[in-house]
Amino acid sequence: MMTHKFSIVTDKLTKRFGDFTAVDAISFKVEEGEIFGFLGANGAGKTTAMRMLTGLSLPSSGKAVVAGYDVGTDTEQVKKSIGYMSQKFSLYQDLTVGENIEFYGGIYGLHGRQLRGEADAMLMRLNLTDERRTLVNALPLGWKQKLAFSIAIIHKPKIVFLDEPTGGVDPVTRRQFWTMIYEAAESGLTIFVTTHYMDEAEYCNRIAIMVDARIEAMGQPAALKKQFDTHSMDDVFYRLARKAARTEM
Amino acid sequence: MRNIYYLLRKEFRQIFRDPAILRMIFIMPALQLLILPFAADYEVKNIEIAIVDYDHSDYSMQLTNKLSHSGYFKLMANASSHHDAMEMVSKDEVDMFIEIPKSFEKELVREDKASLSLVINAVNGTKGNLGAAYAMAIVNEFNQEVRMEWIKLPRINPEPMIEVTFSNWYNALSNYQTFMVPGILAVLLTMVGGFLSALNIVKEKEIGTIEQINVSPIRKYEFILGKLIPFWLLGFIILTIGLVISFVVHGIIPGGNIGLLYLFSSVYLLGILGFGLMISNFTYTQQQAMMVAFFFMLIFILLSGLYTQIESMPTWAQKLAWLNPVTYMVEVMRMVLLKGADFWDILPHIKVVAFGGLILNGLAIWSYRKRN
Repeated sequence: MMTHKFSIVTDKLTKRFGDFTAVDAISFKVEEGEIFGFLGANGAGKTTAMRMLTGLSLPSSGKAVVAGYDVGTDTEQVKKSIGYMSQKFSLYQDLTVGENIEFYGGIYGLHGRQLRGEADAMLMRLNLTDERRTLVNALPLGWKQKLAFSIAIIHKPKIVFLDEPTGGVDPVTRRQFWTMIYEAAESGLTIFVTTHYMDEAEYCNRIAIMVDARIEAMGQPAALKKQFDTHSMDDVFYRLARKAARTEM
Repeated sequence: MRNIYYLLRKEFRQIFRDPAILRMIFIMPALQLLILPFAADYEVKNIEIAIVDYDHSDYSMQLTNKLSHSGYFKLMANASSHHDAMEMVSKDEVDMFIEIPKSFEKELVREDKASLSLVINAVNGTKGNLGAAYAMAIVNEFNQEVRMEWIKLPRINPEPMIEVTFSNWYNALSNYQTFMVPGILAVLLTMVGGFLSALNIVKEKEIGTIEQINVSPIRKYEFILGKLIPFWLLGFIILTIGLVISFVVHGIIPGGNIGLLYLFSSVYLLGILGFGLMISNFTYTQQQAMMVAFFFMLIFILLSGLYTQIESMPTWAQKLAWLNPVTYMVEVMRMVLLKGADFWDILPHIKVVAFGGLILNGLAIWSYRKRN
């Protein structure tokens, strides 16, 4: 079994707030280098699950091992091994492109020549070398996203968590963004992504669909479509989501 | 520790790029120190007075003159009747009036005593009380003069007289500015330390960058230090600007070593920053933080002895006042700047503020949750 190494392993991972169960005993495994899509209607528990996996929230019960570390006990180690990018842009709008790279690189342990080298390479890759001194505020949304993603993986983490990363951008930019994700995955990075867009779900190697705090379906997009005997992911999603008892948190 | 370096660098870049913060740091203290001490003056002058003189005698004229030349009163009108004067009071045209009855001079001469009536608009209690007191003093003085005129200086004064002379120490001219400036400076330090730090952290919550920080390996204490140190230093900048203005504009030459002020402020600011941190822990938007900070600030200022004497507050309020950090800052400012207090004089204050700061910061760090 050494051929498959797992980046994320959860076992009956549960989060309760009082008598409300936000995440109900979910168990799944994500392989290294996999692009794993996490789908679900608003309030299904996606965000809470992700918060537990990134060490922002402690599990009420169950277990999750991320990059080889237990999120309940080795939180600091987990944090060093992951990258995170949220739907709200996590860049500082009042800092320049270069300053954002320096800050996030710095707090993830890069410094001196190494930090400068990474920053230069990243700017080249993103075609942003001329914008180094531009305030992030002034960049178009698509550029900000690409920059945010690149910064989220500047410290070469094993896994990156993307929380609805493409909200509010046009289809062309979204496609470019996914090209970046594929490139990153090819270099061995594991991608854990939540999304509302079904076309994005098709880009994933495997997806899990959450309904009412549980994972109701999991597998490759093609296999899921076959299982539900339909041609579109939309259909799969609607059939599952329709069963949901709760819609908004 | 390297994380703190990156945090500080980021923080200073943001602070010096934000025109609103810069205005708050440099222009607000300057304006407050330039304008407030002149405007917020407690001395009551220009009490508007009307006189109803039914007597029209020499003595009534003399008294009227005496009142209007005292410097405290502004003679607004000679009312023709009690009714007219009353109307002036109710229309707020005058603050008080004195009614001199018809037989004032006659009674004074014949019966050796006469009566006056004084009607005061006491809506503004301080003004009313002081006005009445001034008027009484002037009438008394007038009384003395009249008697002197009649008795025609006996060789030996029959009444032994004790005269009291005053000498004001520490603020020789009883100058209100000298008293107010150190206090306003203390409040400014508190505002910057408490408000700006709270707003700053809540801003990161509001725009969501705090999540990004929370998933990073930055530790709790590093994040907090990264937030506190910049505002701690800004406090010193404000203190310096304030001391320069109070010297240049208000002519206050520190009576004591100003190094003591920096020493005390360094301890004080730590406590206030902890307080700001607490606010930011319990609020989610800048608006909420602002409201909470404003609420506490009002209480702090009113209970600090800045405008009113702590000694004349009711006992329970006095107890609250001594729980109020601003009280200590105001006291120490006045002690060092005006009285020239030395280290041993302010040591008890340092101890209390350091202790309070420890508690506040302890609570703040405890309530700051990197995860839930």
